[in-house]
Amino acid sequence: MFKFFEPNKIFKITSRAPKYVLFLFIIVLSIGLVEALILSPEDYKQSHAVRIMYVHVPSAWISLGIFSSITFLSISGFVFKNKNFFLISKSLAPSGFVFNIIALVTGAIWGKPTWGTWWAWDARITSMLILALFYAMYLISWRIYEDKEKVFKITTFITILGIINVPIIKYSVDWWNTLHQPASINILSKSSIHSSMLFPLMLMTAAFALFSLLIFLMKYNTELIKIKNRGLDRL
Amino acid sequence: MNELLFMNGYGVFVLSAFGFSMLSLISLYLVIKIQFVKEQNKFIAKFGSLNTEKANSAKLQRINKEILADAINN
Repeated sequence: MFKFFEPNKIFKITSRAPKYVLFLFIIVLSIGLVEALILSPEDYKQSHAVRIMYVHVPSAWISLGIFSSITFLSISGFVFKNKNFFLISKSLAPSGFVFNIIALVTGAIWGKPTWGTWWAWDARITSMLILALFYAMYLISWRIYEDKEKVFKITTFITILGIINVPIIKYSVDWWNTLHQPASINILSKSSIHSSMLFPLMLMTAAFALFSLLIFLMKYNTELIKIKNRGLDRL
Repeated sequence: MNELLFMNGYGVFVLSAFGFSMLSLISLYLVIKIQFVKEQNKFIAKFGSLNTEKANSAKLQRINKEILADAINN
């Protein structure tokens, strides 16, 4: 089954896809920004400050989703001895890291008007900062180590350690008394957010997911060309 | 327009959050794009320096042809 996804076979698709994904991303982002900044209503308590949610929450979701995917792919790469899984993980990490930083910075900006402070060593915020550190360690490992087998082991170890933090991030608002509000959106139960705010939130999430896909495809193609460059050296 | 930017006094927070996010996305896109173009140019230069025999051997791999075709199309 994995042979179908071999880099040699899918490069034709991955090299052509970015321009279409970029086009779709620009459309979804434009509609999302109009909805988030103009059409969506202000909150009765937070007023217009609530609009920060439309970049903060999708960024946090995407960064958590990408880290979970990286962990799953790294472990699968080890189990199935498939190097392509590591290549996919490596290509996913940059956008996950940037969305993690966006979530932290926009969270700080949102914190000032709502809590009166830019930063608090709150369980949710601190655990998100720890996730950013795991992302940084993961990305740095790929830069430091030349030996492929060694880097596969180290990055997988980092993701396994880091994934322990993911449920802590998710449930930190339930387990401890935090400044951060509990989740407003639940997949299994009724969400406490109104549809007029849910729609722009979903649009911005879709836009950020498309952006992650775009960056993943471009990075993956770059990594494949790097491999082929080394192949030409050996000829 | 003023209301859109002022946002009951929250405009500076909202717009700086959106501004930072968009700037981060644009920066990441540019960094990745530059890396891609650099590797692509390196590939073309290396391929061009190969002798006929080696170039023919390299062309047997479909992905090498795809990379070259993609570079020409861009």
